Amino acid sequence: MDVGRHPKIELLAYSEVERVDGTVGAFDVTIRKKARYVDESKCTGCGACAEKCPTRVPDPYNEGLGERKAIYRYFAQGIPSTYTIDPDACRHLAGLRAEKEGADKSKIKKCGVCAKICQAKAIDYSQQDQIIHRQVEAIVLAVGYEVLKPEGITEYGYGRVPNVLTAIEFERLLSASGPTAGHLYRPADFVGKKKMPEHLPHAKRLAFIQCVGSRDGRRSIHCSGFCCMHSIKEAIIAKEHDSELEAWIFGMDIRAVGKGFEEYRLKAEQIGVKFVRSRVAEITKGPNGLPIVWYEDTRARRVYSREFDIVVLASACLPPKDAPLLAEKFGIELDSFGFIKTRPFAPFDTTREGIFVCGCARGPADIPESVAQASSAAARVAQVVLQEARKVAMQ
Amino acid sequence: MRRLALKSKDVRIGVFVCHCGSNIAGYLDCKAVADYASTLPGVVYSTTNLYTCSESGIAEIKRAITEKKLTRVVVASCSPRTHEPLFKSACKEAGLNPYLFEMVNIRDQCSWVHMNSRDEATEKAKNLVRMGVAKAWFLEPQEDFEMPIEARVAVIGGGVAGLSAAESLADMGVSVVLIEKSPHLGGLTLKLNSLAPHLHNPDDLVNPLIERVEHHPRIKVYKESSIKKIEGYVGNYRIELDVKDQGVIQEAVSAVVVAVGAKPYIPQGLYGYDGERVITQFELEQRLKSKGVGDAKNVVMIQCVGARSQAEGEKSYCSRICCATAVKNALILKERFPDIKVSILYRDIQTYGSDFEAMLWKARSMGVRFYVYDPSDPPKVADNAVLVRSKIFSDDVLELPADIVVLSTPLVASDEAPVIANLMRIPTDANNFFLEAHVKLRPLDFATDGVFLCGSCRFPCTSEEARIQGMGAAARVGALLAKGKVISSALVAEVDSSTCCGCQGCLRICPYGAITYDESRHVCQVNPILCKGCGACTAACPSQSVQLKGFRPSQLLPQVRAAMESLREMFVSCEL
Repeated sequence: MDVGRHPKIELLAYSEVERVDGTVGAFDVTIRKKARYVDESKCTGCGACAEKCPTRVPDPYNEGLGERKAIYRYFAQGIPSTYTIDPDACRHLAGLRAEKEGADKSKIKKCGVCAKICQAKAIDYSQQDQIIHRQVEAIVLAVGYEVLKPEGITEYGYGRVPNVLTAIEFERLLSASGPTAGHLYRPADFVGKKKMPEHLPHAKRLAFIQCVGSRDGRRSIHCSGFCCMHSIKEAIIAKEHDSELEAWIFGMDIRAVGKGFEEYRLKAEQIGVKFVRSRVAEITKGPNGLPIVWYEDTRARRVYSREFDIVVLASACLPPKDAPLLAEKFGIELDSFGFIKTRPFAPFDTTREGIFVCGCARGPADIPESVAQASSAAARVAQVVLQEARKVAMQ
Repeated sequence: MRRLALKSKDVRIGVFVCHCGSNIAGYLDCKAVADYASTLPGVVYSTTNLYTCSESGIAEIKRAITEKKLTRVVVASCSPRTHEPLFKSACKEAGLNPYLFEMVNIRDQCSWVHMNSRDEATEKAKNLVRMGVAKAWFLEPQEDFEMPIEARVAVIGGGVAGLSAAESLADMGVSVVLIEKSPHLGGLTLKLNSLAPHLHNPDDLVNPLIERVEHHPRIKVYKESSIKKIEGYVGNYRIELDVKDQGVIQEAVSAVVVAVGAKPYIPQGLYGYDGERVITQFELEQRLKSKGVGDAKNVVMIQCVGARSQAEGEKSYCSRICCATAVKNALILKERFPDIKVSILYRDIQTYGSDFEAMLWKARSMGVRFYVYDPSDPPKVADNAVLVRSKIFSDDVLELPADIVVLSTPLVASDEAPVIANLMRIPTDANNFFLEAHVKLRPLDFATDGVFLCGSCRFPCTSEEARIQGMGAAARVGALLAKGKVISSALVAEVDSSTCCGCQGCLRICPYGAITYDESRHVCQVNPILCKGCGACTAACPSQSVQLKGFRPSQLLPQVRAAMESLREMFVSCEL
């Protein structure tokens, strides 16, 4: 809200940087402003279009656990509140494309419902991507990170064994604004069903598996830093939903290293969250269609197996999507893990002068660290920009 | 409602009922609420908007203020937390004093919580609107306080965090007063042998920073100085310093950055600590920096000594950096003396992030041994060995030979922390670490305006994290100073000195130190810049002499009465 309303901030959402020319103090940034097919200056964000749109697609915001329409807003309170048409899903845009390609007119299906319903006349099917330029003195990269999709870790059965989720999927399941309105149902019981079935059983036994794709010599050895805490948090919230519920956290070391974190871990232990020092070997589909976790308890030196309703994988924090491409565009280097490279004691300076980085793009960080880093990157920019200004003044 | 008649000719209220798309309109009848509002006394205009916060909604408020000559605006929509500033600025732009605006939350507190009962939700929304309108009658125009501020800041503490904050601020054009108690800048970092994870010599990184700070034209450094007094508020802090050889010095600044650092815990009485054979990780660091470890062949490190413990005098928290420090020193020992055996006894190895974890893997590959222990069955330090039950291979106790035993102890709050906290009336947690305004979203601000924190006085951190936070705090201060003035809300408490009996109940309860006692007049007074409008004092005052503007009894009681009207109806119908 503050950013959206700030008189000195121009927000270019749904846009991508194409290239960066120039040097510190005088960068020319080429930006592709992607076609929304909705006029930002007219759309009031009322949502009437989405209500009437006939096309349903899996909702990426809810990690595919719910559905959205072809005209959508990423999430309810997003800034700007402008709606966007998904060109891959929209029937009308598909029809227009087919028409252009000279397809048989009788076979072309067009829709156009959103344009009819929109009182603000904001729908514009002819909108094109725009290439725009901005002259800036410095650049801050805050492009975040990518969550590992754990399909590749075949022994954990993600995508194959029902009710094995990533932590972010589970997060949506717990959320009041999520696909189940916060009810802890097992996804296999409702995902893909036309209508949410009634009287679903609640999940009663949860397993959280730590270090999925991190601290793993076969993949990346880095520690993702924040997953121990989000598993503890999710276990506590789930137990707040239902105090009888069982929550097991399987991990090697529980890294609760921030302010108040160890106390939080203790609280989890006190309300009955079980911590097992272990490495999970495999997750298989049991006779009831539910996941079975096979693990070695390294304190007892024994292998056990146990059935759960939902298994949550704390999958790794990976470098930002297409990091090498990003590095090429911005003319910067990556570190050995693929995150954006910085220097010790110049923790925000990338390898190109005038381009800075903060947050998970430079390596795993939790929220307070990211917020502190963002402020620091701003301080670094102010230092550089003001120095440049002084240089100009002296000439 | 009898009292309304007194000023009815001045009161022209406009009510705007927001659909919030389907967030409100989906669960209650907005049209019915707006129609009901139009029947309330004083309401001359009422309407519904698809989104009152959209450009068209804002334009409609402005148009109605002019065309209908509105003197009060009530918006029934979402939370004032997110949208009140927007609606207030709309009023202001249309020439209406923004404090003649009242917001009614019919979304979070009505439609969202009564999604399955449309009729009742509609009734409740009507009741809420009636309450808002009743209060709107008695709103008063207010003016915000504005005060120019000078770009001059004090940084307390000359460690890496304080140095980084000072340098960043000075480079932004801000004058900085850097206050350090010891004769040297550089803090704890400069006493270390090397920095994890890349084993940099701290001198190489910190000395240039000190150099730049000491020679910066906009930074004044006071070493060997102690703070005697800090008084004032954002834009106007007065600090009294006792500086060696210079005597008492006064400094006036607009903001203060607290960066007093932390110190290593001394494990008196734990694991036979003697400072000779059984030493702390910090002491090992000093030996590695100077004379080395002699001909020691076996080194055993024990983690979490005095930390993650509920025992009396020990610390309950995890100190974040000790595992990485132990692994770093184990690596250095192995590199310098390839034949040395290093074992680390731990509970959870906390090498978070990418580079620390890489260091752990390297240490393992170089033969550093790791043994997990259970805190209920901790290791025992014997004459030439350490005994530990690790359960990795068996339940037996292992006997690890030990020429040197190194205890990893937590960083604990510095002795200055409680002193500064007391002088400035800023909060600390149970461990004497300073308490930020919001643990996630405002980690470098205090709740009190104009005071900021960074480094290990907030919570133990590495030198790189201290540097990050120092620069971050500088940006927070910079954002405050860049405006050249402080604007503070007019909704503050004020004392009616004609009825105040000087009991000082309000003074004691004020969390912001905004209330002082005037000895000569025997009354309390409120500093409007310091006051955050929390209203705690108004509840404490026995004579209603201190009142919060915008929330006076004369404004709240009509609202309560309006609420009771529907209750009265309910009770009447029950009796029937």
